[in-house]
Amino acid sequence: MSGSVIPSSVRRIAVLGAGHVGPVIARIALDAGFEVAIATSGNPDNLELITQVVMPGVEARWAADAVRTADLVVLSIPLHRFPALDPALLAGKLVVDAMNYWAPADGVVAMFQDQRLSSSEVVQRRLTQSTVIKSLNQIAYQYLDDGRRPAGSLDRHAIGVAGDDSNAANVVGEVIDRIGYDPVLLGSLKAGRILQPGGPVFGAVLTRSEFERAMHTPAVQS
Amino acid sequence: MTASTAETPRETAGGPTRFPLVLGLDTFGDHEHDAEDRPLSHAQTIRNVVEEGVLAEQVGVDFFGIGEHHTDDFPMPAADLVLAAIAARTKRIHVGSAVTVLSSDDPVRVFQRFSTLNAVSNGRAEVVLGRGSSIDSFPLFGYDLANYEELFEEKVNLFAELLKGGPVTWQGNLRPSLNNQDVVPHTEAGPFRTWIGVGGSPQSVVRAAHYGFSLMLAIIGGSPARFRPFSRLFLQALEKFGREPLPIGVHSPGHVAETDEKALEEFWPRWLHIITKMSKVRGFAIPTLESFRFEVGPQGALFIGSPETVAQKIAANLKTLGANRFDLKFGMPGLSPDSLMRNIELYGTKVIPRVRELLAESTQPDA
Repeated sequence: MSGSVIPSSVRRIAVLGAGHVGPVIARIALDAGFEVAIATSGNPDNLELITQVVMPGVEARWAADAVRTADLVVLSIPLHRFPALDPALLAGKLVVDAMNYWAPADGVVAMFQDQRLSSSEVVQRRLTQSTVIKSLNQIAYQYLDDGRRPAGSLDRHAIGVAGDDSNAANVVGEVIDRIGYDPVLLGSLKAGRILQPGGPVFGAVLTRSEFERAMHTPAVQS
Repeated sequence: MTASTAETPRETAGGPTRFPLVLGLDTFGDHEHDAEDRPLSHAQTIRNVVEEGVLAEQVGVDFFGIGEHHTDDFPMPAADLVLAAIAARTKRIHVGSAVTVLSSDDPVRVFQRFSTLNAVSNGRAEVVLGRGSSIDSFPLFGYDLANYEELFEEKVNLFAELLKGGPVTWQGNLRPSLNNQDVVPHTEAGPFRTWIGVGGSPQSVVRAAHYGFSLMLAIIGGSPARFRPFSRLFLQALEKFGREPLPIGVHSPGHVAETDEKALEEFWPRWLHIITKMSKVRGFAIPTLESFRFEVGPQGALFIGSPETVAQKIAANLKTLGANRFDLKFGMPGLSPDSLMRNIELYGTKVIPRVRELLAESTQPDA
């Protein structure tokens, strides 16, 4: 985690990955007033039409360019591509890990097979020069858009934020709040295990109190 | 629902669709139970699906699709054989897959089977290619799930070559090359209609346009309206690639009965059972009655209720999405043959005419 610059507040967000999840996150971040760039591993020209139509206002860029100017990078690439990602790309950055690992549905990725580690701990161990926060992974992308509510709404939904660096977790929590969800801060990346597939809140759309109740169900031991 | 707003959603989606309205039914060969809730044999379920396809034609359904599956809940791995049986007993209805899991199949065999179905049915075959959100075919045929994107990309590429007709020369990484090979049976009147099933990835939409395949939006959770930009993206991508507009379809699950209450009562326990089972495999939380009600409502992806309720929801979403086709995925493991046959009958005799009426009304000012 050495050398990461944790911004006091976030203005620019880079989203890596333009599959099912990335474009939704990019769009709702833009709606919340952030400057948003999106990138894949390839040429941004190939994304231009998609950004124009599906997320107008989001800028398609080369990954390195998008990351360089970003205060926060959202990692939403297919997890099995992560081992091929160069950690240097994300050095010094605050990174939100929105990826999920679930071998029965996605295939086995050897790097993530260690049951003692949550998947975001594996990501952090590889991204030694970044600060990794696990978030935006537990609500299905189908609901991320429509699930947003203004602050104070009784039916506002919760999104978990897990990280070892509490300052960084708070910064991500503020982003989640601006996007339209109640951030529920979990103490550590290890505690982020409850946000994973198989955990009690994965794939569920819950209010903060429902989320906190579900968290303490004994179903999952870390 | 926003059907009455001045700006018609069909315009927002990229202009009114120029294609005729097509209303179809899809099944996954959902394992049926008898009236006493005892499971029927796989064989009986398959024979029942043939009868369902025949009834669909009799009551005026335009398309009957069967989705490939490989589990006890959905014992339907050879959908094309069942489609051929239906084709042999029908004259008018189109028959096709919903979907064919191309990633774990051989594109040459898929082409041959559907070209054969097209011959048997006198040109009524269609194929919907998907990556398949059902994952069971991968271990069965020795494919690695981690490769599914690469597999799909490469196999779609070969399939597009095969559809052009004539000897094929093709090279890829995951399948042996073809060198000036004649692949039979040749189609009589050009390629059969091919769709790509898209679940939520804009890059898949662009890929469908790139190959000149029609777009089938598989909307199985969340708000159908969020797919609206995809219709626009599809039409703009077709234009960019110098292609003419192509049909846009919607595939969503549902159930029709005489009343809303009856439809919900029949469907909910079956749905809860199967989604709970899926939750365990996929690692997501078990659905609640509340999340179910959300999906049944106007913002959700389940089309369940009386003919009027379902017709209103279909018409509204077709307009919103600028789509010309809707395929209702009917059935759910555990439902009885009686309930399924009634669903088909109500869909054909009540829902379809009502959707046509609703869409004709809403387009009248332009006529």
